[in-house]
Amino acid sequence: MVPTEYYIVLSAALFVIGAAGVLTRRSAILMFLSIELMLNAGNVALAAFARQWSSAGMQTALSGQSAVFIVLAIAAAEVAIGLGILVAIFRHRASTEVDELSEVRY
Amino acid sequence: MNTVNAVALAPFIMLAASLINGIFGRGMAPAISGMIGSVATGLAFVLALVSFAGFQGEAVRVVLWDFLPNLPVAFAIDQLSLLMVLIITFVGLLINIYSIGYMKGDEGLPRYFSGLNLFIAAMLVLVLADSFLLLFVGWEGVGVCSYLLIGFWYRERLNASAARKAFIVNRIGDVGFLLAMFLTYRTFGTLEIATVVQAAPLMVYGSATLMAIGLLYMLAAAGKSAQLPLHVWLPDAMAGPTPVSALIHAATMVTAGVYLIARTAPLFAHTPEASAVVAWVGALTAIIAAFSALAQKDIKKILAYSTISQLGFMFVAVGTGAYWVAIFHVFTHAFFKALLFLASGSVIHALGGEQDIGRMGGLGRRMRVTGTTALIGTLAIAGVPFLSGFFSKDSIMLHTFTSDLLIDYGNYALFAILLITAVMTAFYMFRWYYRVFGGETRMAAADYGKVHESPPVMTVPLVILAVLSVVAGYLGMPEFIARSVIHDWLAAPTASGATFTHVSVATEWLLILASVLAAAIGLGLGWFLYVRSDGSQARRIGDSPVGAASRHGVGFDIAFNWAVVRSADAISGGLALLDREIVDRGMTGVVRRTTFVGRLVVLLQSGHVRLYALTMFAGVTLLALIVLLAGVLA
Repeated sequence: MVPTEYYIVLSAALFVIGAAGVLTRRSAILMFLSIELMLNAGNVALAAFARQWSSAGMQTALSGQSAVFIVLAIAAAEVAIGLGILVAIFRHRASTEVDELSEVRY
Repeated sequence: MNTVNAVALAPFIMLAASLINGIFGRGMAPAISGMIGSVATGLAFVLALVSFAGFQGEAVRVVLWDFLPNLPVAFAIDQLSLLMVLIITFVGLLINIYSIGYMKGDEGLPRYFSGLNLFIAAMLVLVLADSFLLLFVGWEGVGVCSYLLIGFWYRERLNASAARKAFIVNRIGDVGFLLAMFLTYRTFGTLEIATVVQAAPLMVYGSATLMAIGLLYMLAAAGKSAQLPLHVWLPDAMAGPTPVSALIHAATMVTAGVYLIARTAPLFAHTPEASAVVAWVGALTAIIAAFSALAQKDIKKILAYSTISQLGFMFVAVGTGAYWVAIFHVFTHAFFKALLFLASGSVIHALGGEQDIGRMGGLGRRMRVTGTTALIGTLAIAGVPFLSGFFSKDSIMLHTFTSDLLIDYGNYALFAILLITAVMTAFYMFRWYYRVFGGETRMAAADYGKVHESPPVMTVPLVILAVLSVVAGYLGMPEFIARSVIHDWLAAPTASGATFTHVSVATEWLLILASVLAAAIGLGLGWFLYVRSDGSQARRIGDSPVGAASRHGVGFDIAFNWAVVRSADAISGGLALLDREIVDRGMTGVVRRTTFVGRLVVLLQSGHVRLYALTMFAGVTLLALIVLLAGVLA
């Protein structure tokens, strides 16, 4: 069996890539993509731990996997709303550069 | 069935009449409002008569319902309260009827009758109460009604402030009443008047506690009965409709203070100091108010000061220990003063609101009934023999002269003051009558020609009151001529232990001669100044500083304005400054600092999403580091 640590390293790597993407990208769509990456990094970690505990014979093992589904559902909802907003913004100003979207401030 | 209890219903009938007028009045025809008032008061008067007929000579206590432990709401029906109820309901009835004519066409008619009847209800509660607490309920009730009716024409600013003034000045007396009740309860353990009155004489003669209680009740009485220095509200109270002045500010409410002291007679008779204060306050009030009446120009203000002066006489009477005499004067005064007020109301009505006696004169020829009845009232109050005022005033003078209670407190000086006051009374009443009804008119000929006698609904009450102003005095004739019916009737409830030095019949005749002379001098002086010498001398006196002092009521209002109103303004001005400079400034400082910090923090709100994200990541990283480090260090 592949050791859990490998999955955790993978998860951490994905998360950092995602975070770096969110911070460096200016395009809202790419930021979105990076956020999805971070969410799925979390999912990998959850699934990995769930597998470890179930092989150890613990009853709570499935809760990790259920959490993954909840995250997926939330991600889907987020995408639905987020993309909707993005489309609206794009229609309005023919660009999705977030640095230009700074009207909402003090 | 015992019919003596009937009168206990009277306050409720009046209350019902007031409520009906107050709630449904707007929807009713104006004539019905007055009808309800008159019928209800008439009914109350009949009930009082029924009680009077069924009265067996023993005081009766009617418990209505339980209120506090050992303090039920109860009425005490005895000779004193019955007499007061008869006066109130009878005069109240006449004034209700008179008001139908006087107030005709006023848009606030239901409100007027509602207030008037509520007043009668409260006044009945006041005189029937068997405990100080219930008496206080009535006391406050009449105060409120007085306020409402003085300010009846509230759209005039002056009327509204006159009403407020009456209410506020009365409040000072009410504080005295409350303190007196606290002290009474502490001393006697009860607020039942009968018990207190029985227990008071058992205490040490002239005890300090009793004196304090007496003086506090006296303060309350001074407020309600317009005695020095709390009399300033009564002249202003003339802003109300004239029938209200007649009922509340002449015949009934203002005598409540006298009634209170007469009710607690044994308490006062047991503390000569308190009695002396009462008598001296009364005498000073009598003479100062009479002086103030001399040069007034308003037809009603003369009568207002005259009322204060007569109330002073009553105070002297209760001060001397002659409680029944005071009530006797309440009784006669109720008739002739109500008569005088209603007569001036009739004049004001006929002249379309004119109240300046400088623009009247000669009205007696145009208004025969009003003029004749007013003349009877004038002679009665002036103390002309064989009219009611003569008997009661003379009785007061006699008892002042012979009082044992005041023997150490200058009863002869009091007598002298009253005698001088009697001269002034006769003078200002002559002036009042002659300037209004006598001589040549000072009105424009066209206006004078239009003056008409008032309708019968107003003149009939005048005639009835005039008859009573003549005959009421015969109930209290000097003892050496005939038995004093009113003395015998009031002997039980006003029994107090106060004694009077016996004087010979010759002395009594001398005293009577003195008071007749006083009346004659006063009237003669008036005749000399106004009839004999065309009034130019009178005008010169009126324009002198003495006249000005009289016209300004000896400056009490001015003094109060300085001492109370201005100083209150100064204090509140200082407090306002404190509020502005310290409280406000402190608050503003806190607000400024908060705003400053807020301005700094708000700079972070730049609108750059990626900056927010970076901040968030930095924060989370920092938290994670702290947790890790904490784990490592632990």
